[in-house]
Amino acid sequence: MINNIPEPMTPNVFRINKKYKETHDTFTIELEPTQGTDEFFFSPGQFNMLYVFGVGEAPISISGDPKNPKTLKHTIRVVGTVTKAMYRLKRGEVLGVRGPFGSHWPSENAVGKDVIIIAGGIGLAPLRPVVYQLISQREKYRKVVLLYGARTPEDILYTYDLEQWQRRFDIEIKITVDAAAENWRGDVGVVTTLIRKISFDPSHMIGMICGPEIMMRFTVAELQNCGVGKENIFLSMERNMRCGIGFCGHCQFGPVFVCKEGPVFNYECIENFFGTREI
Amino acid sequence: MQTPESSLAEHPFLKDLNPRLITFLAGCALSTQFHKNQFIFREGEEANYFYIILDGKVAIELFAPERGSITIQTIGEGEVLGWSWLIPPHRWRFDARAIESTRAIALDGRCLRSKCEEDHELGYEVLKRFASVITSRLEATRLQLLDVYGAHV
Repeated sequence: MINNIPEPMTPNVFRINKKYKETHDTFTIELEPTQGTDEFFFSPGQFNMLYVFGVGEAPISISGDPKNPKTLKHTIRVVGTVTKAMYRLKRGEVLGVRGPFGSHWPSENAVGKDVIIIAGGIGLAPLRPVVYQLISQREKYRKVVLLYGARTPEDILYTYDLEQWQRRFDIEIKITVDAAAENWRGDVGVVTTLIRKISFDPSHMIGMICGPEIMMRFTVAELQNCGVGKENIFLSMERNMRCGIGFCGHCQFGPVFVCKEGPVFNYECIENFFGTREI
Repeated sequence: MQTPESSLAEHPFLKDLNPRLITFLAGCALSTQFHKNQFIFREGEEANYFYIILDGKVAIELFAPERGSITIQTIGEGEVLGWSWLIPPHRWRFDARAIESTRAIALDGRCLRSKCEEDHELGYEVLKRFASVITSRLEATRLQLLDVYGAHV
């Protein structure tokens, strides 16, 4: 889906309304526009280009609730020059926002089916909006399961949301970490090991995956081992997005542009070049 | 009432195993229960059993001086715990501790080793199943070692 944004290359100025740490290397900012409408509509899975004036721009997934367009949320991992500069910004300071860009999670295809959401690390951020969406229309779907893998218990994102969702009886949440001390009572092991611990109908489900590419490769393989067809697997890809509208070519991924045709792809459409080293 | 034999027949680890072999295996099986925080086995001890987990959760741990016990993996319902009984010198390489109340079927490794020697069909089936478990655990461990969620910039 491509949004009809009147001036896609011109950033709108947004003010940081709230900023808080999620983990030792991730934080969330809540933004409000400084001009025009105070609502920002997006579809789960889409991203914005966030511009720290004088430093640069970075593509960041939208991580808030699509039903709450008055609060634009982004969860950011501090890894490079731009995200480090974002982390230094304080409440009340401004940054530029272009977007929303890209395709969205296919919740419309999931109606009447089991929905298995599999997130790894910061990959939970682009999936959180679709969890909000599924919960808000819970009666439309059969089983809803979130499998989440993190590095350690201290790296688990959105602990408040996860606790709230775990209290519900209509969504199953399983969390695992790669390493933990003995006081951790949850699962230890890679996220792919959780797939065999849940029951779902492989012929009547939609899988949504986001995380490091290698984790997604193994997750796709495990889902296929369980009998899930490639047409029912969707993943969010990450590449070097710059323009956001498929002009500059920086995010070319085989024959597609991640910013325009993606970031959410049906696995069937990318399987021929997914995991190819040269691409 | 569930007997060890019926529990074995229903467990994913032994799915589609010939009923004759299930009966044979049941001859080495014993229902068992571990309470929360109970050690099932400790590193260095003789590995005389393996466990078919029926419910609960078990942590496989390694103790490192100054770091304490580190959980490497957790195992739960539908999974199998321990393969050191199969491979000489038959000693546990890790600690296993129930982190929840856990029900399991314990299979006597010495009994099973001799039955596998007697009946090669059983031996091949057991080895095939353990090879699959070992392969998937090795794959998972490799992924863990990659530290895929770490910052790689």
